[in-house]
Amino acid sequence: MSGDQAPTLPFPAGWTREHLLDLESLTAEEITILLDTAQLFKDATDGCRKKLTLLSGKTCANLFFENSTRTRNSFSLAAKRLGADTVEFASSGSSVAKGETFVDTAKTIEAMGVDWVVNRHATPGTPHLLARELKCSVINAGDGPHEHPTQGLLDILTIRQRRPDLSKLTVALVGDIAHSRTARSNLWGLRKLGARVIVCGPSTLVSPRWEELGFEVAHHLDDILHRCDVLNLLRVQFERQVTRPFPSIHEYAALYAMTRKRMECSKSDILIMAPGPINRGVEIAPDVADGPQSVILEQVTNGIAVRMATLWLLAGAMARKQGEAI
Amino acid sequence: MNSLLIEKGRLIDPAIGLDRQGRLLLVDGHFAAVDPCDDDLPAEVRRLDANGQIVAPGLVDLSTELREPGRDEDETIHSGAHAALAGGYTSILCSSNTHPPIDSPGAVEFVRQKAARANGARVYVTGCVSKQRRGEEMAELGLLAEAGAVAFSDSPAPLANSALVKRALEYLRMFGLPILDRPEVPELAGRGVMHDGCESLILGLSGLPTEAEDLAVARDVRLAEGTGGRLHVGPVSTMGSVDLLERAKKRNIRVTASVCPHNLLLTDRELRSFDARYKVHPPLRSIRHVQGLCNAVATGVIDAVQTGHMPRAREKKMNDLDLAPFGMASLETALAATVTALNVPSGCSWLKVLMRLSTQPAVIAGIEGGTLGIGKPADLILIDPECQWIVDDRQMLSINPETPLSGFNLKSRVTMTIVGGEIRYRVGGGPTP
Repeated sequence: MSGDQAPTLPFPAGWTREHLLDLESLTAEEITILLDTAQLFKDATDGCRKKLTLLSGKTCANLFFENSTRTRNSFSLAAKRLGADTVEFASSGSSVAKGETFVDTAKTIEAMGVDWVVNRHATPGTPHLLARELKCSVINAGDGPHEHPTQGLLDILTIRQRRPDLSKLTVALVGDIAHSRTARSNLWGLRKLGARVIVCGPSTLVSPRWEELGFEVAHHLDDILHRCDVLNLLRVQFERQVTRPFPSIHEYAALYAMTRKRMECSKSDILIMAPGPINRGVEIAPDVADGPQSVILEQVTNGIAVRMATLWLLAGAMARKQGEAI
Repeated sequence: MNSLLIEKGRLIDPAIGLDRQGRLLLVDGHFAAVDPCDDDLPAEVRRLDANGQIVAPGLVDLSTELREPGRDEDETIHSGAHAALAGGYTSILCSSNTHPPIDSPGAVEFVRQKAARANGARVYVTGCVSKQRRGEEMAELGLLAEAGAVAFSDSPAPLANSALVKRALEYLRMFGLPILDRPEVPELAGRGVMHDGCESLILGLSGLPTEAEDLAVARDVRLAEGTGGRLHVGPVSTMGSVDLLERAKKRNIRVTASVCPHNLLLTDRELRSFDARYKVHPPLRSIRHVQGLCNAVATGVIDAVQTGHMPRAREKKMNDLDLAPFGMASLETALAATVTALNVPSGCSWLKVLMRLSTQPAVIAGIEGGTLGIGKPADLILIDPECQWIVDDRQMLSINPETPLSGFNLKSRVTMTIVGGEIRYRVGGGPTP
């Protein structure tokens, strides 16, 4: 790896945001800038494997109040691929355990001189609070069931690489919509880019209110399979459920697991996605997860590209605000 | 003889349907006469020019959290009793959720003594329904009543145990005192932090479903009917509650209800800011409920407006929405928020709004006040009905004045509060006798 072939990227004029908190508040143009930039970075780094020096000297703090391996590592790698340093903060054994509020914790980390705080927290809205309290950029890496914007972006980027015209697509999000931040980020992002979105799952986990908000609601996967170009199979979030929303995993799998048999009823070019971690045998059968229509591992690679784009765009907007060269 | 003549005021007394220009004479801390002849005035009467403002009975609150002893970082008896005056409240019922809770005669006595020294609004004491507010065994209701408790409530905790509510209603029949229940079924409320609706769905925040309140109101109505006890439900916040109350009243079931001003003015959309100031009890509901509640206050299906004053220390509210406690300060904004929400006078008359804020709460609590009636203690306020003002936390007397109404432009303002004939509060530059 070397850092000498850094492309001189023109900074997109349409990008002014210093934080990435959710996709709901972004415009289609802003989402497209993020996706285009991610694609650029992916292409320029040989699939996110090579290193650039665009952000050397800057520091990214991973401030995770909830467990995460893949998202945290993905952000760390993205920062390193752009030449930035990273600092890791996990809540266990930290001051949070001693009664400090998360805002104070974040301010302490910020005072160590960081440029981005990547925040994961079990409560919706915590990155929004941090964005008001901190001077550096805040990136939402998942706030409870609310949003996980970089996950939504990497899902959409993966779809776009295979099917460039999103307006012709029907995408179904299947599973635990109620507790899924991935679902919410996908819903807003896909709708803004013109795709038709179906939310599908047990009626205890898919509120009829989604229809009021303009999304198609389905409870029987078999009824919609033939219309779907993309299936995004969400994990059942047992840890967030207070009362069990369905009788058994066995019954859930029978109704919603993507199996070989269901593949036969689907469009031949259907894309199978999953944000992971996947529960083989619950929402997806092993042969489907590993099959030719699965793009699950492409999603992971795209995740690094999306996070590189996010870090770079936020740093650019912040620099511009402070009157510095981008 | 200590006397005061309030002149050039618009006298409004909902208790007798009075609303006209007039003069009001106070003598020795009591209302003495409306429009007295000059010959009948005491020799050394002081005069107060109300300058066209409304002269109304002092407001009465059914549930004010004073938090002392034990939680005086939130509010004290002194600060709360003075914040009450600034909001036009001359009588408040102090909630039982102190630490330890008000479940013993000694605790009642403590509040009464502290309140007497505070020299603010009159403070009446609400005792616990259950021992230690645990919702299990009945507290010593008779002894609490003897010590001066005027009502019983475990609020803001709901009375989840229906058997306890039934027993307590039956038992309190012989004392003639009311139970105030905050209606909620805990297992349906769960860990909710906001109204369960489209907004909570979008924000991914746990919802408080309307059914959690509706079912509790339905139970309360049925128990009130069955026992014949005095039961007040409040604050309510849903159309379902309004519907149940309307039917109960048509059948002459003796149950009363109240609502908080913030539920008349703000919707759940405010939670989009993720600001814990909007995490309040009852939760801010969707616009449909807000409009329904305003209508129910105007028609009288909802009898009273209560402040829902639940101040919480800033360090507690400076947290994420899951960890921050419910609550807001509201004594000092309740009247103006209600007037603004109900669009008084075109949407609802002054007579009616003062009925909900003063006369009815006094009747429900069974205490004096809520009237300008001759011979009654002279608890009254002056209101500038046209005053537009912007809510500013920093100007308030509550020690934790944080409110979701901060920055709001509200209409009407209390300019003077008189308790027992004594001027205890006056806005800067207000009239002096």
